[in-house]
Amino acid sequence: MSGRGKARAGAGSARAERAPARRRDRRIGKAAVPYLLGLPSWVYLLLFFLVPLASMLALSAAVGDPIVGYSYGGHFAEFLDAIGQYHRQLLRSFYYGALATLVTLAIAYPAAYWIAFHGGRHKSTYLFLIMLPFFVSFVIRTVAWQFILADQGFLFGQLKSWGLISDRFYILSTQWAVIGGLVYNGLAYYVLPLYVAIEKIDRRVVRAAGDLYADPASTFLRVILPLSAPGVFAGFLLVFVTDVGDFVNAQILGGPGTYMVGNVIQDSFFVNQDYPMAAALSSILMFLLMVAIFLYARAFGRERIQEYAA
Amino acid sequence: MAAQLDMPPDMPPAADPMARGARPDRAGSREHLDVRLDGVTKAYGHLVAVDDISLTIERGEFFSLLGPSGCGKSTTLSMIGGFAEPTYGAIYLNGVDVSRQPPYRRDVNTVFQSYALFPHLDVYENVAFGLKRKHVDRKAIERRVRDMLALVDLTGFHDRRPAQLSGGQQQRVALARALVNRPKLLLLDEPLGALDLKLRKQMQLELKRIQSEVGITFLYVTHDQEEAMVMSDRLAVMAGGRIEQVGPPDVVYDSPATEFVAGFLGASNLMAGEVVERGGALARVRLDDGLVVQVARGRLGDRGPRVKVGVRPEKIQVLPAGQPVPEGRNSLEAVVAMTAYIGVSHQYTMEGPDGRSFSAYAQNLGTGPHPARGDRVRLCWHPEHTFVVEPSAPRAAEESSA
Repeated sequence: MSGRGKARAGAGSARAERAPARRRDRRIGKAAVPYLLGLPSWVYLLLFFLVPLASMLALSAAVGDPIVGYSYGGHFAEFLDAIGQYHRQLLRSFYYGALATLVTLAIAYPAAYWIAFHGGRHKSTYLFLIMLPFFVSFVIRTVAWQFILADQGFLFGQLKSWGLISDRFYILSTQWAVIGGLVYNGLAYYVLPLYVAIEKIDRRVVRAAGDLYADPASTFLRVILPLSAPGVFAGFLLVFVTDVGDFVNAQILGGPGTYMVGNVIQDSFFVNQDYPMAAALSSILMFLLMVAIFLYARAFGRERIQEYAA
Repeated sequence: MAAQLDMPPDMPPAADPMARGARPDRAGSREHLDVRLDGVTKAYGHLVAVDDISLTIERGEFFSLLGPSGCGKSTTLSMIGGFAEPTYGAIYLNGVDVSRQPPYRRDVNTVFQSYALFPHLDVYENVAFGLKRKHVDRKAIERRVRDMLALVDLTGFHDRRPAQLSGGQQQRVALARALVNRPKLLLLDEPLGALDLKLRKQMQLELKRIQSEVGITFLYVTHDQEEAMVMSDRLAVMAGGRIEQVGPPDVVYDSPATEFVAGFLGASNLMAGEVVERGGALARVRLDDGLVVQVARGRLGDRGPRVKVGVRPEKIQVLPAGQPVPEGRNSLEAVVAMTAYIGVSHQYTMEGPDGRSFSAYAQNLGTGPHPARGDRVRLCWHPEHTFVVEPSAPRAAEESSA
């Protein structure tokens, strides 16, 4: 830009004309700053999101196999095949995801509330304790649950030997194990946004509710809950999206009856090497999640939330 | 305005009979409506924030708790509102001990210093909040909220959110939100503190007008002595968790009971001395520098022998040196050390015989020359204008000079 300014100066235009021109240049330069600062992120998004996304979409309509190679043709029947064969796993994923997210919310909210309102000086310690298990690898944590919940493991094995539960009792490979695993793994991701939202609530406003005849229950319903809505909203998105696409919990804690779409995609890619099927399923999952998020945002994400969250 | 409002039934004539019939819930509380604090104490560990306060506030009264920050006035208000429990003592509302009742059960509403409006609700919903919690009939809520918003001059702002309002408007929403419930008692915790001076003066008069219109008892907490004097029927000056004096503003101002009150409420010239003669209509106090000051006997009471005599700066007459002093006045000679012209008056700081500093205010009535810096002058004042206080403990004295 400064080069252009110099060139113009060299052209010998009148001084009076030159000064405003340069000023305009500087203004353009200033306006460009945010975009320049954003450039790395744009490049990143392009390389690691848009390109793979496009190639995945292309792959989903391709024909061929890994040995002879793929030809990119408009084989959109793959989508119908994917839905026809795996609609059960797709539905199950959304069902597990929704249920697990709700249970996560039910556990995370009281925890976040307690830390924010009653944590006193030790708030960060409590948050750290919530985060602590997450310093261990995701897979290891889940395997640990497999160990804990094993049919003859130290927990159920002991209970069975005492005759407290039936010998045939089991949890592993049921949907409850999978949902439980999802809840466990998503907890911190819900507690944190909730904590931030609840912590931000002005205590004097809570006090005012009490002054205006609101008993603790209606203070919660009418004031604290609506004011923490941004956290509920953000956490829900964060946890729901990860839960629906998850395959590790179903793989480690579940059984054949708890296959989620993530497992199907993984199998298609790495076991059957049916890349078009895997890509088609991924695309469908992505599309459905976007629709779900859109509907969710329409229902709950009113501008108000942004307004008073600010 | 008054016609639109439907007044609490316990208020005399203006209330129309229909309004009375509409609210049987208040019928039982008509005969004796007041606030009584009985030996109320609040301690946080070893720190005593409020120390054995007893106080009665009449119904319909505009009562202020006045004191410097940390004097316990806000804590007292919190306890009446139900946000803090007294360590000892009891609080009676309308004759009923409410000390252990949670705030949402008390027929008391608060206008908070920070307003504490609900940010997620609009003006209408903010004001309707209390009525909805009390399950008032929907139509009645609508009417009462509308009337109340008209009273505080916010008609047309129903759909605004608190964030879209100016400080003064937020303040009025906070007031409407509390008043609409027709509490027996309205607590106001420095509600004008965040407003600029001009708006504050305007709101002082507005508050006073609204209070006389609705007839609800107001308990007002402030550290601003002028604010308290302008609005209150009676006020209590607090210091160090105790009440120093209670009374109508003019009485407290003219006859401060303690050295602290003399210094906090307005300015005072205080001189230490000893009572030398108590008989007759005038008592005499010999100041430590030898000067003898006359005091109306009634104002001495049984204080003494060590006392401090005081006189307000505006009661002092500044005469050129050598001019005869009117009969029966206290007088002393001084040198003008500083003059300040503030429009309606001149304020002088003068140095007395033993280096003691005096202040005097003179209204700018005359056309003649005013005493200038370095001039010798004679100060005189009426014995009736001389008040007497017990010398207070060093701690309070320190505060009063601050």
